[in-house]
Amino acid sequence: MDEIFGIPTAALMSQLLLGLVNGSFYAMLSLGLAVIFGLLNVINFSHGALYMMGAFLAWMGIEYFHLNYWIMLVLAPLVVGAFGIVIEKTMLRWLYKLDHLYGLLLTFGITLMVEGVFRSFYGVSGQPFSVPEQLAGATDLGFMVMPNYRAWVVLASLTVCLSTWFVIEKTKLGSYLRAGTENPKLVEAFGVNVPLMVTLTYGFGVALAGFAGVLAAPVIQVQPLMGQNLIIVVFAVVVIGGMGSILGSILTGLGLGVIEGLTKVFYPEFSSTVVFLVMVVVLLLRPAGLFGKEK
Amino acid sequence: MNKKIGYGIVLLVALAAPLVGGYPPFLSKLLCFSLFACAFNLLIGYTGLLSFGHAAFFGTAGYAAGNALKVWGLPVELGILVGVGVAALIGLVMGGLAIRRQGIYFSMITLALAQMVYFGALRAGELTGGEDGLQGVPRGKLLGFIDLSNDTTLYYLVLAIAVGGFALILRTVHSPFGQVLKAIKENEPRAISLGYDVDKYKLLAFVLSAALAGLAGAVNTLVQGFETLTDVHWTMSGLVILMTLVGGMGTLAGPVLGAMVIIALENKLGDLGQLLAGLTHIEWFNTLGEAVNMVTGFIFVVCVLLFRRGIIGEFIARFPGNRKPA
Repeated sequence: MDEIFGIPTAALMSQLLLGLVNGSFYAMLSLGLAVIFGLLNVINFSHGALYMMGAFLAWMGIEYFHLNYWIMLVLAPLVVGAFGIVIEKTMLRWLYKLDHLYGLLLTFGITLMVEGVFRSFYGVSGQPFSVPEQLAGATDLGFMVMPNYRAWVVLASLTVCLSTWFVIEKTKLGSYLRAGTENPKLVEAFGVNVPLMVTLTYGFGVALAGFAGVLAAPVIQVQPLMGQNLIIVVFAVVVIGGMGSILGSILTGLGLGVIEGLTKVFYPEFSSTVVFLVMVVVLLLRPAGLFGKEK
Repeated sequence: MNKKIGYGIVLLVALAAPLVGGYPPFLSKLLCFSLFACAFNLLIGYTGLLSFGHAAFFGTAGYAAGNALKVWGLPVELGILVGVGVAALIGLVMGGLAIRRQGIYFSMITLALAQMVYFGALRAGELTGGEDGLQGVPRGKLLGFIDLSNDTTLYYLVLAIAVGGFALILRTVHSPFGQVLKAIKENEPRAISLGYDVDKYKLLAFVLSAALAGLAGAVNTLVQGFETLTDVHWTMSGLVILMTLVGGMGTLAGPVLGAMVIIALENKLGDLGQLLAGLTHIEWFNTLGEAVNMVTGFIFVVCVLLFRRGIIGEFIARFPGNRKPA
């Protein structure tokens, strides 16, 4: 069997893998958005910019300090998380009592600033970023040739996503988090330090974006505007899945990545808009989103 | 009474502006963006809906009007009407979808749909010129005999249109329809329980806002003589939000003032940077002119944190006069 619907199997499979890679980024980013929204009621527009920051920090670490990819894979998300904590402590904190839209506007402004700063230093051209040598090359699976790095991206993001799901749904810490999402005042009355939890949650959410950025660096051009279009697609993903369920965000992200990959094979001209089209269909058939409950 | 005098003074200033040395194309641009911001404010300020996709209406109306004037050779009045019609139609589709969800989801949906429009404009090269944009849109003659190639004449046409648009918004806000919109903004469940078909009102407000934004976009294309992807990009949607925020959301004059401040700032940012560089001897300020987005972002952050009522809103709060407390 060399062809499916007139498309060579190998080409189909490699697009499918590419779709899964993109889906991994969608999953990690929408997961972060959902976790943040659950506790803070803020839609973090700057998620795309912080994803870019993660990628850039990794590039800078390797370029200027001669660190390796693996160190930066840990270090960059930590720095991005710390940056997020500063944002939360100094700015976001003052907006919780106001309409949600101010959180969106504030993070939108932060996005423009962060992207502007990187742009004024590095322009808009891409920076070279090579695949770490341990993951270079490809494996022949018989029906397709699989670049090792892409497999690693899918594996790493699945691990991170599922661990996050496990921590939130199955541990004591996660139960505080879920309780805080339901009723922060009550949880605070039980002696849990909710403001600290909020800060750390935001830091964790944006660290996920930074981690996704480092993973993306070798497969996507590292440049200051790399998060711009992505964040809008991720917003559509979030609208499709709804932010009520952690597992829902992960599944929706991966699923849409695959759909996008398949569209590239069958109707390339629609590949940039297919996620939005799916959003339209979902809004028509199931306005609350696939896993959503209206808030 | 005071208000009427205020409007009169503003109108007189607008009428006199080109005579006392204002550069007519720049003044026309100010008016277009003022109208755009007012149209946007009709949603955020009076209905409580934050649309993150208004560039879609502004930009496509510009493309539609541009094509109507340049390719189909329609007269000016019809060209602008085509732009408004297209924007209203897109508004109907986008609004119909977006009002199915509330709050923050509404904003995300409008943003995503507008991005789809952007990709559409990028692809539809024969209509939009793709990356190059639609160049050389002719101005033609108003009513067949008033030559618009004169910048000052065109300015007065733009002024008449902007005043008309503003009057329509004023009328809408103070009409029973506008009162229902306000009720929806304040307390949607209660408006529903009072028997109002909230979705219908929201949709109508959305279409009206889209059509007026389209009017602004179509006229803007006429003034500039070209239309590019910048006007459909989401940064434009962000810019109109900022104009409204700076001027004061939910105030009538706020968006006008906000648009003027932001457009003037954009145009003069390079000069401002050089001035700052001269004063502080920090080389970096010389590049400020190219860093428009960064400055825009900074103003956003400052406004949201410290200055949420905007210029006019702050003024009303400090000097309540004979207004009833809200």
